Amino acid sequence: MRRMLFEKKGTAIWMSHLDTMRLMQRAFRRAGVLLHHSQGYTPHAYVSMLLPLSVGVESECEIMEYELDAELTITPQEMNAVLPEGVRVLNVYESARKGKELTHLRAQLKLHYDHEAPCAIEIEELLSKTELIVEKRTKRGVDNVDIRPLVKEVRITAAQNEIILDCIVCAQNPSLNPMLLPSAIERYLPTHRADFVTCCRMEIYDAQGEIFR
Amino acid sequence: MNEKLQRILPTVQKPARYVGGEYHQIIKDKHEVDLRVAFCFPDTYEIGMSNLGMRILYAIMNRMQGVWCERVFAPWGDMEQAMRENDIPLYALESGDALSQFDMIAFTVGYEMSYTNILNMLRMGNIPLHREDRTDLKHMVFAGGACMYNPEPLADFVDFFSIGEGEEVTVEILELYRKAKAEGWSKARFLMEASKIDGIYVPSMYEHSYHSDGTLRTITAKDGAPERVTKRIVQNLDDALYPTDIIVPNTEIVHDRSNLEVMRGCIRGCRFCQAGFTYRPVRPRSPAKLLTQAIESLENSGCHEITLSSLSTSDYKYLPELADSMLDYCEPRKINLSVPSLRVDNFSRELMLRLQKVRKSGLTFAPEAGTQRLRDAINKNVTEEEILQTCRIAFEGGWNSVKLYFMLGLPTETDEDVLGIADLVYKILKTWRAYAVNKKRGCRIHVATAFFVPKPFTPFQWEKQITPEEYLRRAKLLKENMPSKSIEYNYHAADLSHLEAVLARGDRRLGAVIEEAVNRGAKMDGWDEYFSYQTWLDSFRACGIDPDFYASRGFADDELLPWSTISDGVQEEYLRREREKAYRSETTPDCRTQCSACGANCLLNGGRCDA
Repeated sequence: MRRMLFEKKGTAIWMSHLDTMRLMQRAFRRAGVLLHHSQGYTPHAYVSMLLPLSVGVESECEIMEYELDAELTITPQEMNAVLPEGVRVLNVYESARKGKELTHLRAQLKLHYDHEAPCAIEIEELLSKTELIVEKRTKRGVDNVDIRPLVKEVRITAAQNEIILDCIVCAQNPSLNPMLLPSAIERYLPTHRADFVTCCRMEIYDAQGEIFR
Repeated sequence: MNEKLQRILPTVQKPARYVGGEYHQIIKDKHEVDLRVAFCFPDTYEIGMSNLGMRILYAIMNRMQGVWCERVFAPWGDMEQAMRENDIPLYALESGDALSQFDMIAFTVGYEMSYTNILNMLRMGNIPLHREDRTDLKHMVFAGGACMYNPEPLADFVDFFSIGEGEEVTVEILELYRKAKAEGWSKARFLMEASKIDGIYVPSMYEHSYHSDGTLRTITAKDGAPERVTKRIVQNLDDALYPTDIIVPNTEIVHDRSNLEVMRGCIRGCRFCQAGFTYRPVRPRSPAKLLTQAIESLENSGCHEITLSSLSTSDYKYLPELADSMLDYCEPRKINLSVPSLRVDNFSRELMLRLQKVRKSGLTFAPEAGTQRLRDAINKNVTEEEILQTCRIAFEGGWNSVKLYFMLGLPTETDEDVLGIADLVYKILKTWRAYAVNKKRGCRIHVATAFFVPKPFTPFQWEKQITPEEYLRRAKLLKENMPSKSIEYNYHAADLSHLEAVLARGDRRLGAVIEEAVNRGAKMDGWDEYFSYQTWLDSFRACGIDPDFYASRGFADDELLPWSTISDGVQEEYLRREREKAYRSETTPDCRTQCSACGANCLLNGGRCDA
């Protein structure tokens, strides 16, 4: 399987998952490489993202799978020459690993406070509880779900106006959107509610805790 | 990016349209330029980024040394509200700088329903609305575009208008502004000099007076302003700049594909169609040039679809050879070639079948009127036989779906013409029953009727618009007489078209109404989500202006028209001849078959039109 590792930062984080797919399909064409197309009435280029990223989230480790005819190749330099700001290809490679082996991801959440940041110890205590119920909006309506089992590890660092949560959470089956951690804080510790939260996906792992590629 | 903005972006729909950063956007050092232009499109990013004129002029302005032109779009309601709540003024996408930091503020206006957005955008950018409240050179507001042949409704707000095609005049006006800025001219002096440039209309240099019945009495040009301002055109399209390295949006827009402009103007002369007259004379691009532009556009953008656009692409002289060479390039690369607005003739049918190899799209006709008599009156030269013949071929080729567009309220229309639509639909249904190869999924016929809006610079510019009540009666009559329940019939809202008719033929007095409407919250009038007819009715009442004076009254034969200062090159006598012929249901041949001496050829050096 051909894979491409790329990062998504800056203005590019506001692109949706589908926007990113379209962007990559066009970038291949701009680089002069025709992706393998499906057969049928409306042929479409084969690309897919291993873990779709939410709008507004940064990432240092997006993986895209794509298919080219055997004789074709593409390099990160060729892609980067035709990508907009914020999207940078870091590596292209072949991998035999199945996408479902990807089980966990590490994310860094920055909780910004306009005034002084609250006490981090209370957040630490909260996140070490055995249950964390948050409201999750689904297609059916609002569900209460316990996200604690999906959080593998959280490290907390505090600064003047910022609390940083460095966490490892389940990435697939089931997955946890790391942005639900600040929601849990808001729910259980309303006084610790951040004024603004940013999130960056830092790394992805398999079940053994090894980096997945 | 500023932090305030970053905080609101997660709370709004489709934030990608508010951040710029797209491939091929133009970034310059603002300290290295001496003229900054905010190029505003008075609608959403998705609409504006699909606009060909904006793309051309963005390239032209940015190719000028020392000029930086940036894009500004109208935010959707959620974003607008978030911006207001957080004191974020309207900003340009490239630099993120507020509108107030720009020297010139340009609007491209394609639709009457965007007038309120223009005012709303100025207000969001903290720019004074009225031109006399902007006292110096800074924040010079100008406007152009397909809808600006009657600029009068915006005369209170806009310093000058650029009439016609902007490729050349935009450069001239920007150069003049730089000179004025460097030499410290007053605004009055700049506008006086600007009025000497062909195609520039400075509304403050004209005085309008009215009769007691409200009709226009005189228009007086002051301070040496020209009696008439004639639109500018590009002489030769092959020589005109057509950018092939255009911005590729990061998010989906309305026309998410590459675009080729194969010609300007239309040979048909449909009497209701403003563009059909204002885009004259007909000028094709050469197929060789177009193929080069196509390949460059596709390679630079990475799009997998390209459109051949113009007012009537099947009338492009060299379409067969262009389509052949384009398909040769597109097919192996899995690129779709789309050709909108095909006419129903033999070649188009062949082309349609060829295009099907790449993608099969629906079949759409715009007969506009239900009977031959009325089609002749509006000079829509398509016959029932042609429509049925094309339907037959399409049904035999496996199509089962047809869309049909008509207008209600056309001049001379009677109930017989309205019922003629139902009759035509019935004949198409019968054709399907006789010839369809696959009847399992049934025949889907969609019929839509629009409410006719008489527009300036057409032979119908003097006509009454029927009242909304009468329009709804005719729509209901048609609905009751549709031959089968399986036919989907939609008709446009009467209110919107009524207002469109008012604004299209409005004079300067409407400025107050538009401002009042904006004060009452009007914006995005072209969108169902926002359009409020009541807001407008209240605004007309508050200003003591009767909208029907402009819509259903009609303009007298000898009445001085508010847009008389502007000329699109087509002679008024020609429009009057066409109007008389409409009353006699007499057609006019297309420009290629026979020249009807409209006068637009005089805009060309040498005076010969290449229809």
